[in-house]
Amino acid sequence: MSSAAEAEAKAVAAVAAISTRGVARDFTAGQQTIRVLHGIDLDVRAGELTYLVGESGSGKTTLISIMCGILWPTEGEVRLFGTDIYHLSDSDLVDFRLRNVGFIFQQYNLIPAIDAASNAAVPLIAQGMDRMEARDRAIELLAALNIADQADKLPNQLSGGQQQRVAIARALVHQPRLIVCDEPTAALDARSGRRVMDLLREVALADDRSVIIVTHDNRIFDLADRILVLEDGRITHDGRDMPKDH
Amino acid sequence: MVWIAIRMLTGDATKFYGLLFGIAFSTLLITQQLTIFVNLIERGASGVYNVPSADVWVMDPVSRTTDVHLPMPSTALDRVRSVAGVEWAVPHLRAAASVRTKEGDLEGVSVIGVDDATLIGLPRRMALGAADVLERPDAVVIDDVGTVRFFPVGYNPVGERLELNDQRAVIMGVADAIPSFTSQVTLYTRYSRALNFVPGTRNRLSFVLVGAAPGVEAKALATRITKDTGLRARTRDEFARDGVDFIIENTGIPLNFGITVLLGFVVGVAIVGLTFSLFIRDNIKQFGALKAIGVNNAKIRRMVAAQAGMVGLIGYGLGVLGTVGFIWGFSGNPTFKGFYIPWQVPLISLVAVTLILALTGWIALRRVLKTEPAAVFR
Ligand SMILES: Nc1ncnc2c1ncn2[C@@H]1O[C@H](COP(=O)(O)OP(=O)(O)OP(=O)(O)O)[C@@H](O)[C@H]1O
Ligand SMILES: [Mg+2]
Repeated sequence: MSSAAEAEAKAVAAVAAISTRGVARDFTAGQQTIRVLHGIDLDVRAGELTYLVGESGSGKTTLISIMCGILWPTEGEVRLFGTDIYHLSDSDLVDFRLRNVGFIFQQYNLIPAIDAASNAAVPLIAQGMDRMEARDRAIELLAALNIADQADKLPNQLSGGQQQRVAIARALVHQPRLIVCDEPTAALDARSGRRVMDLLREVALADDRSVIIVTHDNRIFDLADRILVLEDGRITHDGRDMPKDH
Repeated sequence: MVWIAIRMLTGDATKFYGLLFGIAFSTLLITQQLTIFVNLIERGASGVYNVPSADVWVMDPVSRTTDVHLPMPSTALDRVRSVAGVEWAVPHLRAAASVRTKEGDLEGVSVIGVDDATLIGLPRRMALGAADVLERPDAVVIDDVGTVRFFPVGYNPVGERLELNDQRAVIMGVADAIPSFTSQVTLYTRYSRALNFVPGTRNRLSFVLVGAAPGVEAKALATRITKDTGLRARTRDEFARDGVDFIIENTGIPLNFGITVLLGFVVGVAIVGLTFSLFIRDNIKQFGALKAIGVNNAKIRRMVAAQAGMVGLIGYGLGVLGTVGFIWGFSGNPTFKGFYIPWQVPLISLVAVTLILALTGWIALRRVLKTEPAAVFR
């Protein structure tokens, strides 16, 4: 295959990762209905680390929630890897997420009563894999994230950075094609935040995965392939670097 | 996922024990109270159970139970004996009397006069002495519960003199009897002696006890006795049931126990419901994360059901064990003599526990199912 054809094929595959068309979302608070997202058209390519930045209340969380299949848009369409996810039945959508999406939360949301390896194994266990086999797979990932020695510890015996690495392992263990993270470093100090992001970039971006990260953390902007700026529910900047006025 | 659910539950020791306590407490209260209730009202039939050899009890038409009866003329005995299918018929006297104890106190007792010749009417087993001690003049046999009411525990009352309705009586034996509902002291003596102990009018015959001839059915015999003599005749089982019904209808016992059992249920719902919803509230973030990751509602349902099931099984087991321990612990106490746990009772408390957990689990589950997966990013 020529390198031109190769690039072409890659581009076709890349186009398919995530696409949103005319996505809008309203929230009703009391009598008032407020539109927090206005007609978002967006394509996210595979193999890219995309940052979603913007002021508080600009709609970042709302947008990635819609993009990963946990929040219904009021208008518009979301395709994940070619599937029109909001036209799936409820149970098919849940199943779709289980196979295709990995989540990293600001507050980790690990289960306190089970150890690190079991926490990281949760998506595989939910898929029906034998618990011990799932744990073994999770431990491999914990090793890649340099915390294999913490595998038997309960979440409250780990530091924040270690907990977030367990959460990263949980987001990756079932090899999803999309990883979404909302403020993954907000609860960490600068050094652990940086380390977590380095690891995330290193481990997550393999295999043509798409990673979307909502962040305020300007210390880690240099790691992004693409930075999207959201202002009042509209994308106002799309590029490799942050706009000058930010 | 069930494994994870169980770990979530047991990992929160305080709430886990709270839930176990709630269920165990409810089970204990319901099982124990129902057990006491059943055993207590069955005492209404103890007079019948103590004479297992009588197939049919014959009495005045207005008599209702072994303790609520109108005496008949003594001619009733011969009339009953002449009915076809009657193998044997013996007189049976039951009357109230009073005993003056050594301390000078007056105690109400029941006097039971048993057939002079056959001693039918005496409980089957003797705890002390043989049945034939009644051959002696003045002899009475006291029931074992009565012994503890009159004498110190472990005391051998044989040879003790009593003043029974101002007449001399000597205790010659102790009968192994089911206590009466009121656990009043019972003194057995021969029918002819009983007539002396208990003065009264011409009619003194309380019951005629009847044995059916081989091959004759008790129910049919009772019907025939009534037809031929105009007297009321009840089979052993019917008359036992009459005694139980009388207590159910004429005392506040069913209501009192009913209230306690209901209270056990309500307290169970309250403790378990509160603890369960606290547990769910504390874990709602984790449940939300699981839902976002892709755990479907069917699996969430199974998780909550497993948690409820685990609490139910252990808590119920502890509660029933507690009741067994209670009955066992008090088995030496004469008030609880012969107490047993009817198989229906643990079944009823199992149903109650299932109801408690179904109700509280359903409320807890609704909260989890209602949680938006999108809430995890907030
Ligand atoms: N469930 C909801 N109900 C009502 N309003 C909501 C809801 N979720 C978000 N909003 C509103 O939508 C707007 C965007 O919220 P969103 O959480 O997407 O902002 P954000 O960019 O993630 O902010 P932050 O940086 O503070 O996390 C806000 O004004 C918020 O109040
Ligand atoms: Mg947000």
